Amino acid sequence: MAFVDHSKQQEILRPVKSSFIVLSLTLAMVMNLLPIEGLAITLWPDFVALTILYWCINQPQRAGISTAFIMGLFMDIGNASTFGQHALAYCIMAFVALAFHRRLSIFGILKQAPQIGLILFVGQFIMLLTGLLDGSPFPGRNFFLPSITGTLLWPFFSSLLRMPQKPRSDNDVR
Amino acid sequence: METAPRFFRHGPSLLARLVFFVMLSLILMAVDTRFKYVAEVRHVLSAVIYPLQKLATAPIAIYDNVSEFFKGHHLAGENAELLQQKLFNQGQLQRLQALEAENAHLRKLLDASERVEGKAVMAEILHIPRDPFNRKVMLDKGSQSGIQLGQAVVDDDGVVGQVTRNYPWVSEVTLITDKDHSVPVQVLRNGLRSVVSGTGKEATLELRYMAGNTDIQEGDTLITSGIDGVYPPGLPVAVVSKIERNPAYVFARVTCTPIAGVGNNRQLLILSMLPSTPEIPPEVIELKPNNKKREKVGVR
Repeated sequence: MAFVDHSKQQEILRPVKSSFIVLSLTLAMVMNLLPIEGLAITLWPDFVALTILYWCINQPQRAGISTAFIMGLFMDIGNASTFGQHALAYCIMAFVALAFHRRLSIFGILKQAPQIGLILFVGQFIMLLTGLLDGSPFPGRNFFLPSITGTLLWPFFSSLLRMPQKPRSDNDVR
Repeated sequence: METAPRFFRHGPSLLARLVFFVMLSLILMAVDTRFKYVAEVRHVLSAVIYPLQKLATAPIAIYDNVSEFFKGHHLAGENAELLQQKLFNQGQLQRLQALEAENAHLRKLLDASERVEGKAVMAEILHIPRDPFNRKVMLDKGSQSGIQLGQAVVDDDGVVGQVTRNYPWVSEVTLITDKDHSVPVQVLRNGLRSVVSGTGKEATLELRYMAGNTDIQEGDTLITSGIDGVYPPGLPVAVVSKIERNPAYVFARVTCTPIAGVGNNRQLLILSMLPSTPEIPPEVIELKPNNKKREKVGVR
């Protein structure tokens, strides 16, 4: 299955620096903590989840469930939610991404998007469950909008994260 | 598997790791909601995340400063207007001072305890969490600025909420609309006491367990009663917006709207005093073995 023609998708990328992974996760956290209001807040995708998914799919040796767990704890503090709520959701999302990372990396970025959307949806569903168990009312269908915007954003987002690893231009390699 | 080179060994399997971390987060959740033991861990992590929160609010702060700079030429007009306003306010304040003096005198005559006056600390909203399951905001003042747990937070119109967690530089305020938050109130019109609770929905509060024939009307203003020892008495909280009296149910359904702009403020005041509560006389403690619960009204 892995020998199917991968076209230009499979260009050989340069190795990722660990510092870049940490930097991207930190920036994603800042994006999540931006003080936004109104319509934007219902549409704002969970950038930390997207970043974790990207690294789980593309660097499964470096980023794993433990990364997701730690980022989840930070997001719990930032979002003032019950300690462990985001951690649980991120762990399960990272697990799904790691379990399917070989399959997902075969697909092109565009074809990955709907599957990423499904993983994001699973994560949100877990958060919804923990919220409901805590006694909150159902927050309305808009609650799931961020996973849709996250899906739409995935192609741009993953090509942005891939940019620093792009091989140098041809005349460099020769 | 045993012959696999070092590179291919990854420690415990994926599923084992998942189960471990899921159990860990479930335990953390249970401990956090039931026992509040993880406060120290939260403090440490919040210190790590604080620079990021500051960084995230930086663009807004810069925008504010720049727009203020360009607003400079409006200042003269604004100044004149403010001076006028000040004059007007001073007139009112003088009347208030007279009333306050009179009130103090009368209270002394009645031998009632004087109401404690407190200072207020101005704080700015640092970040509004995106979690739809709780209504909270983070303020940019924390225990380093003397913010303590349980302090009331108000804006220029009324009560906004209460400090429920204080980190070194940040504090977390639970808004009155949070589902776990209640405020003891009084109806301004007739002094009827009750407790208004949040619903977890935007700008909606409710008065629970009001009998169907209670004297309450739409448009009634609810003010804090002060019997909780957390909120100073007399602060406006909410206006009754809708009453459904259905004879099929024992209780009326009273929905209220908060007076303060709970969701749309940048600056808030943290009232920096907790009025000293009179000690409970020993005979009451004997009568009520569960007196612990009473101290926590409003915090839950």
